[in-house]
Amino acid sequence: MSEMNEFDESAPTVVKRFMYVNRRAPYGTIYALECLEVVLVAAAFDQDVSVVFLDDGVCQLKKNQDTTGIGMKNFSKTYGALDDYDVEKIYVEKESLAARGLTADDLVIPVEVLAADDLREVMAQQDVVISF
Amino acid sequence: MKFAILINEGPFTHQASDSAYRFTAAALNRGHEIYRVFFYNDGVYNSNKLSSPQTDDRNLVSLWAKLGKEHGIDLVVCVAAALRRGIKDEVLEDGFRISGLGQLVEAGIQADRLIVFGD
Repeated sequence: MSEMNEFDESAPTVVKRFMYVNRRAPYGTIYALECLEVVLVAAAFDQDVSVVFLDDGVCQLKKNQDTTGIGMKNFSKTYGALDDYDVEKIYVEKESLAARGLTADDLVIPVEVLAADDLREVMAQQDVVISF
Repeated sequence: MKFAILINEGPFTHQASDSAYRFTAAALNRGHEIYRVFFYNDGVYNSNKLSSPQTDDRNLVSLWAKLGKEHGIDLVVCVAAALRRGIKDEVLEDGFRISGLGQLVEAGIQADRLIVFGD
């Protein structure tokens, strides 16, 4: 069957590297939630998807979020679905974590922690970078 | 070059849509192709035909519609972001269409460059 797939015209012929960059706190603005919605849709397109969390964006992944006081939906559990969608490249900037007194253990999903210089290199390799 | 444009802010609070409009017009003027303009987040407000800015100010809703018509640009408003904000076909300016987020991803695949305009 794999031989046949090579001639399947419906199969995607272009695979690009898409990177979604989260820079904002999870609440206060809608950017975090609407970025997550894009990533979940993008995962269905068989592209090479990665997601980055930096600056206040690292707080999106903080464990034990409780939004009852602000009356907003706590969507932090949805990040756990990224793995089900085969989105496995999750990068968190080391400096942003440290500046906020956080470590990878404080986060709701396993991530790859990268120093800013290394993250810059990964970013430079992308075809499409969408920042929220 | 084939460009796709993503606009993440509305026409009033931020300059993003103005900048995107000027970029798009300049690119077309230079002979480039605009594969699609995708409106997301508060960017969906750029399609609301009920917007009535003061007459001595620019009106981005009609500017986008006019540019789209002149050059046959695909102006796509994200359905999920639009429904949240009350943007439906009833208030949609001519020349825009409402569709899914897949249109953004597809634009990223098809275009040589996807340019993001946001806060």
